[in-house]
Amino acid sequence: MSSVIAVVDYGMGNLRSVSKAIEHVISAEQRVIVSSDAKEIAAAERVVFPGQGAARDCMKHLRDLQLEEVVLQAAHEKPFLGICMGMQVLMQHSEENQGIDCMNLYPGNVRAFADESLQSQMQTLKIPHMGWNKVSHKQAHPLWDEIPEDSRFYFVHSYYVAPEDETLTAGTTDYGIEFVSAIAKDNVFATQFHPEKSAHDGLQLLKNFCRWNGQV
Amino acid sequence: MSLAKRIIPCLDVDNGRVVKGVQFVDIRDAGDPVEVARRYDSEGADEITFLDITASSDNRETIVHVVEKVADEVFIPLTVGGGIRELDDVRRMLNAGADKVAINTAAVFNPEFVREATDSVGSQCIVVAIDAKQVSVAGEPLRWEIFTHGGRKTTGLDAIEWARKMVDYGAGEILLTSMDKDGTKTGFNIPLTRAISEAVTVPVIASGGVGTLDHLADGVLEGKADAVLAASIFHFAEYTIQEAKQHMASRGIEMRL
Repeated sequence: MSSVIAVVDYGMGNLRSVSKAIEHVISAEQRVIVSSDAKEIAAAERVVFPGQGAARDCMKHLRDLQLEEVVLQAAHEKPFLGICMGMQVLMQHSEENQGIDCMNLYPGNVRAFADESLQSQMQTLKIPHMGWNKVSHKQAHPLWDEIPEDSRFYFVHSYYVAPEDETLTAGTTDYGIEFVSAIAKDNVFATQFHPEKSAHDGLQLLKNFCRWNGQV
Repeated sequence: MSLAKRIIPCLDVDNGRVVKGVQFVDIRDAGDPVEVARRYDSEGADEITFLDITASSDNRETIVHVVEKVADEVFIPLTVGGGIRELDDVRRMLNAGADKVAINTAAVFNPEFVREATDSVGSQCIVVAIDAKQVSVAGEPLRWEIFTHGGRKTTGLDAIEWARKMVDYGAGEILLTSMDKDGTKTGFNIPLTRAISEAVTVPVIASGGVGTLDHLADGVLEGKADAVLAASIFHFAEYTIQEAKQHMASRGIEMRL
């Protein structure tokens, strides 16, 4: 009996990269599926919710494929990993595309990097925030196991989450401002960076997720 | 500011093999792309770029398999360029495991393609590659124009205006190659790099001309590039990526070591 890790496929993002990276770190009895089938996702032992692109398209595709409910359900009951846009749409609302209502799992908004925070530097900071930046751990968590404080992960984004509940913050990163680059609550962990593209430390985080029992 | 500047080794791929031409002519074989990519990853490359220089369309499919094989075992961002002409090409590369796709000539002939591509797959996936060549003569203010077909054909487009336009159209990053410098090993074109980097809001990758590790550092410190791309100094093992990163860090540049 194999335990299944479902990567949610709603047409947003490079699922092949995510699934290949997870395949690289799973144990012998685990198996990765890339699925847009609500039943398969509901039956999986753990769920990975990736995402790239714009919030508007992301929410539209989720709703068109009728996957919003099963994703929310998974976020309530099993080890759940949101990545990039898959983290942002867990919030209440996004400033992107003139304002988009998201899944409202957590109170708080998704904000654009504001011009003033970026101009205040010695040099104008570029948007998207693209490349390898440091992540500072803000809470002890099984997903940080064997990942040193201030390890670098690969980011590519123009918006960031601002959760109302500060206890959600699992990691922060500095780009003109200090923003929340990882959140954690109960069985949910989510990252603004791309672990599947973050070499050794990214693979370690995915490995930690594949072994996590969903408890803090 | 803790965002690291990036080193991006570039693999020119012809018919499934890594090659590197000197000013687009003298082509030397530099190996199997999967092996080369794996080595660069282990040396600490921040991203890898593949440029498909295969001339014959019969062999175009080869690059898709190269990307698939590399993406299966190298877990850092991969960019693919060369011969990207329509949305279907973009999707095929992304589905094969590329994270970004570089559009060059097709953007010049059909700028709307850039808008269409970024609307469809997101700005973060679309790099616009710009090949620029100096057109001003001595004594005139510096001016560069966009060239296509490996630097053989001019378009009359001003490089700075073009870069700004491509960002307006949604490009998430600019890959800037100086045709005057490419293959010369005399360093990046600093005035060009700086002019473009200061003109646009998105990251700029400097390319063309690297011969020493100081050239890489100069691209960032003087050219204001967010990332530096080089090919031959890494392929022929003149320097490792790690040596390059150490050297840049020693000149005060934030790097992922």
